[in-house]
Amino acid sequence: MKNGVFALRVIVLFVAVVGIFGCGAPKNFLVPGEGYMATRQLQMRQYDTKDDTQIVVAVSGVLQDLGFTLAESETELGLISANKSADATSGGQVAAALVLDVLGAVTGSYQNQMGRIDKSQIIKASVIAKPTLDGNRTIVRVTFQRLIWNASDQLSRLESIEDPAVYAKFYEGLSKAIFLEAQQI
Amino acid sequence: MNFLKCFSAFALVTCAALITGCAAPAVNALQTDESSVQLRSVQTRAFDTTDKRKMIQTVIGTMQDLAFVIDKADYTLGTVTGTKFLNNKVVTMTVSVRPRGATQLAVRVNAQYGTSTVEDAETYQGFFTTLEKAIFLTAHQVD
Repeated sequence: MKNGVFALRVIVLFVAVVGIFGCGAPKNFLVPGEGYMATRQLQMRQYDTKDDTQIVVAVSGVLQDLGFTLAESETELGLISANKSADATSGGQVAAALVLDVLGAVTGSYQNQMGRIDKSQIIKASVIAKPTLDGNRTIVRVTFQRLIWNASDQLSRLESIEDPAVYAKFYEGLSKAIFLEAQQI
Repeated sequence: MNFLKCFSAFALVTCAALITGCAAPAVNALQTDESSVQLRSVQTRAFDTTDKRKMIQTVIGTMQDLAFVIDKADYTLGTVTGTKFLNNKVVTMTVSVRPRGATQLAVRVNAQYGTSTVEDAETYQGFFTTLEKAIFLTAHQVD
């Protein structure tokens, strides 16, 4: 009886351990998250033209104006992706890490918080211009994301940029380049 | 005595976890866990349209809705590749769009989560359900 209980405990523990450290992918991660409609509105604009090639050409110019270098393009699909490197160090983060490191040294432990602060980032933009369903206008969608490396040169974060000002600036440039007003969708 | 029991349980669990561990040797580079035919049917759907351009553009839009960064696309090959981060792991996904017969397009999705191939049918179904809604067409199961 006692042995049975022991075996059961071992099995439960094993299942728990494998559950925690298991290596399978999470399920159902290919469905949109809750806020995707809001994000779409932020990223999309509509232009009153059928000429999507003109828009793609203008997009490449706007991205260059914003300091991006083009990484990939497929004009047949109206797609351009571009990158830009930038400094990601923030004064507050450096100060906090320094305090923690000093405190660690005083109390005799090795913290290396300075190694974990953000150091550099690559901003990725991908833009697609495609006709609307009725074919009379063109929809443009741009996504900005940033990959952040820490001071130990490890990729530490990848996140979407959700700041409306960034998207507004992009569309401001694009509207000027093609002499058309961007319309919210 | 109790301590001994605890210790043996711990040792047993560690051994078991090590044996069933998920690291795969380099020899397995060209292998997948499930039979490739079965996996292909989980990853593929047919749509009643021949408009390849619109399908690829809709795929890109769907991937953007799922927070993927679009890294590459090629119209001739009909492929789109994107990346995203999930739980500190990189998810990469390639979607290919190819003609199927004279009236259909076949869409195939391959996803990788970290170093493992995603083989879960429900996960892929989630993608196709989102794509169906975006393109207003039904995704048909193919054999």
